[in-house]
Amino acid sequence: MSVVEIIARCQELFDDLDFAYVRGWKEAAEGRKAIGYMPIYVPREIIHAAGMLPVGILGGGDQLEVIHGDAYYQSYICRIPRSTIELGVSGRLDVLDGMLFPSICDVIRNLSGMWQLMFEGKYVRYFDVPQNFEDDIGGSYYLRELQQLSQDLEKLGGRAVGGDDLRQAVALYNENRRAVRELYEFRAKEPWKAPTSEVYLVLRAGMVLPVDEHTRLTGEYIAAARAEERPMRDNCRVVLCGTFCEQPPLGLIKSIELAGCYIVDDDFMLITRWLLDDVPLDGDPLENLAAAFLHHSGECAAKYQPEAKKKGQYLIEAVRQSGAEGVIFAAPSFCDPALLDRPMLQHVLAAHDIPFTAFKYAENSGQMQPIREQAGTFADSIKLWSA
Amino acid sequence: MNAAQAIETPVRKEDSMLRQKAMIAGNFRDLARAKEEGKKVVSTFVPGNLNELLMCFDLVRNLPEINALRNGMRGESRGYIMEAERAGQSEDVCAYVKADLGMMAEGKNVPTGQPLPTPDQLLNSYTGCFTFMKWFELVREQYGCETVMLHVPYQGDGTITENMRGYVVKQLNENVIPTLERVSGVRFDIDRLREYLRESAKAEEDLVWVFESAKNKPSPIDAYFGGVFYIGPIFGAFRGTPEATEYYRLLRGEVEERLRRAQGPVTPEGELDEERYRLVVEGPPNWTSFREFWKMFYDEGAVVVASTYCKVGGVYDFGFRHDPDNPLESLADYCLGCYTNLNLPTRAAMLSTYVEDYEADGLLINSVKSCNSFSAGQLLLLREVEARTGKPGGFIENDLVDPRYFSAANIKTRLESYLQMINQKRGRASLAEGGTA
Repeated sequence: MSVVEIIARCQELFDDLDFAYVRGWKEAAEGRKAIGYMPIYVPREIIHAAGMLPVGILGGGDQLEVIHGDAYYQSYICRIPRSTIELGVSGRLDVLDGMLFPSICDVIRNLSGMWQLMFEGKYVRYFDVPQNFEDDIGGSYYLRELQQLSQDLEKLGGRAVGGDDLRQAVALYNENRRAVRELYEFRAKEPWKAPTSEVYLVLRAGMVLPVDEHTRLTGEYIAAARAEERPMRDNCRVVLCGTFCEQPPLGLIKSIELAGCYIVDDDFMLITRWLLDDVPLDGDPLENLAAAFLHHSGECAAKYQPEAKKKGQYLIEAVRQSGAEGVIFAAPSFCDPALLDRPMLQHVLAAHDIPFTAFKYAENSGQMQPIREQAGTFADSIKLWSA
Repeated sequence: MNAAQAIETPVRKEDSMLRQKAMIAGNFRDLARAKEEGKKVVSTFVPGNLNELLMCFDLVRNLPEINALRNGMRGESRGYIMEAERAGQSEDVCAYVKADLGMMAEGKNVPTGQPLPTPDQLLNSYTGCFTFMKWFELVREQYGCETVMLHVPYQGDGTITENMRGYVVKQLNENVIPTLERVSGVRFDIDRLREYLRESAKAEEDLVWVFESAKNKPSPIDAYFGGVFYIGPIFGAFRGTPEATEYYRLLRGEVEERLRRAQGPVTPEGELDEERYRLVVEGPPNWTSFREFWKMFYDEGAVVVASTYCKVGGVYDFGFRHDPDNPLESLADYCLGCYTNLNLPTRAAMLSTYVEDYEADGLLINSVKSCNSFSAGQLLLLREVEARTGKPGGFIENDLVDPRYFSAANIKTRLESYLQMINQKRGRASLAEGGTA
C-alpha cells in the first residue's frame, strides 16, 4: 500500500467515533469482547491474552459535539472526560464490555467512579499503578494488581488466561513496541518523510486494531514513507511535551508543522512505547510485566520521580536522542499533571540552554492561527538566533 | 447587620475555640523555634496525616494546606498566588499549591507573623489527591528537601484490599520509618506509637459524638462552618496528643451543654436563634471570604448538619478508630479511608446516608475550582443523591484561597434560590398532607 492509502485507512479509523471496526471485530467471532482503556498505560498484554480487544479511548476529539457530557462537569475541568461521557451516554461505547481507568489524575480517577454509577453492570476497574518502584514493595503490590486484572478478565471472558497466552501476548506487544520505536527513530532521522500528522494517525490506528495488524500497518507505513520522495525543509526540530492524555486536534499538529517545525519526539499515546525494552518471554509473564513497569518504563508527569536530580532528565534525553532544537509544551487546559510539571521541566531545560515555548489547547480547539504564529515564531527564534 | 459589618464584629468565642487557637498558635511557635532548638521539621498533608508516627521521632509537624488556608483567611493568599503565577505556575492549577509556593518565593513563610523553617523532610503522603505528588516535587525542587513517598492506593472499588493495606504497611516499615529515624536521629519505638494511637481513639470518639449531635433538632453545631474549627487539632499537628484528647473532651462538654439547653450553633454574630434549614454540604469551604460566606447561611437560618469536608483528614463516623493493637495496619487503613480517597459510589452512599440520618432538607455542593479530587464528578453526585433521597440539591462554586473566584452576589443568589426551592417543596408536601397553602 502507498502512504496515501495507509493514511486514508488510519484516518478512517480515527474519524470513526462509532467504533465500527471494534463492532465488526466482535461480530466476526462468537463471544468476543472488547475492553476500553484511557491514558496513560494499562498492560494491554493481559487484555489480549484474555482473547479480548484492547480499545484506546482518547475522548471524542474535535469532531464530537459534546451535549450531555458538559452537564457532568464544571467549567474548570478538561474536555476529555466530557467527551468520553458523551461517547458513553450516546451509546457509542456500548460495544465495550469493560473500561479501565489508569491512575493519571483525579479527574480520570473520579471518572472511574462515575462510570460505575452510570453504567452499572459493565466491568470497570481503576488501574492504580505503583509510585514506589522497589520490587518487593511497589512490585509486589503491582503484581497482585496484574493478577487481579487477569482474574477479572478470566471471569468476564469465561476462559482461563494461561501463562502461554500471556507469553504470546507479550511477544506480540514487544513486536509492536519495536515497530513504534522504529517509526519514531525513522521520523527523528528523516522527519520530512514522516510528518507527525501522519505518524499520529498510524499510532491512533493502534488504539483499535488488533496488535499484530497494527504492527504490520506500522511496518508498511515505514517502508512506504521511506520509499516516497518528499522535499526536505529547513524546519526547526522540536519535542512536543504534555500531550499524553487529552489529545490535540489533528489540525493543531498540522499547524505546528506548517509553522516550520518538525516534531521529532512527542508524548502522544505513551502506551505504545511505555515499556522501553522487550519484556522477557521466559519466566512468569506477569512478574516480567511488573518488573518492566518498575524498571524499564517511560516517564511523564503522572509518574513520581523519586530522585530529585533525575527530574526532567528524560526530556533532556528525548531532546538529545531525537536531535531536537527545542521543546514545545502543549498542555490541555486544566490538566493538573502537565501544568504542574511544566515549570519544573522548564527549569531543567533552561539549565541546559534548551529553548522552549508553551501554550494550552483543548481537544476541540478550533482557532489554530495563534498556535501557528507562536510555533512559527519559536521556530524562527531557534533558526535565526540559536546559531 | 450587613456582611461588611459582620466581618468587623468581634467574634464570640467559646472556650474550645480559644483552646484550639492556642494549640495551633503553639504549633506555629514550635515551628518558628525548631531550628534554634535543634528540632527537625517535617511537612506532610492533611489527608493521610500520620501525626502519631511523626511524633514518635520528635519531629515538628508542618502542614502546607493549613498554612495556605490560614493565608487565605488572613487575606494574603491573592498576592502569593499571583507571585506563583508570575513565576510560571498555571492559572488552572490548585490555589493551595500556588499560595504555598508564592509564600515561599517571597521568603515570608509567615501565616502567623512568625517565619516557618525550611522542612528537613517532606513526607509525601500521596493520599486522595494527585496534586500532592506534584506539590512536594515542587517544594523539593525549591528547597532541595529530602522526600519520602508514601503511595496510598485509591479505593477504586470501594474496598480496602489486603494488597492495598500490605503495600502501605510495607512502605511504612521499609521506607518511611527508616527515613524518619535517619533524619530525626530517633529510634522508632512502636510502643510509643501505640500510646499515641490510644489517645487518638479517645479524641476520635468525642469528635464523632460532636458531629452526631447534629442529628438533634435543633442542631447544637454547624458541622461545616463550625466543623472546620473542630477538625483543626485532629487533622493538624495534634491527633494522638493529650492536648487534643482534652480539647475534644472540652468541646464535647460544651456541645452537651448546648444540647441540654436546646441551643443552636454559635455563629460569629452569636447563637443562631432559629434553625430553618438543615443542610448537608459536600466540598471544601471558601477561606478568603469565610465569614461572609458563613453569614449567607446563618442569616437564612441554614445550619449545616453534616459535611464531607470535615472528613477529608479522616473518616471516623463510620466506625474507624486508630487501633493501638495493630498500629501500622491502622495507620494504613486511616490513610486509605480519608474522604477524597473514597470512590464516587462510596461518596454518593455516604452523602445519601447523611441526608437521611441527619434529616436534612437537602444536599448543597460547594464546588471549588482548585480541587479536582473533590470536584470532578460532583454534578453526578448531586443528581445521584437527589434521586436516592428525594431531597433537592443545590450547587454553588467558588475556590479555596483564590479570591478572584469568589463572587458573593452570585453565591448568595444561588443559595437563596436553593433555600426557596426547599421552602416550596415543603409547601407542596404540606398541601399533600392535607395542609393549606
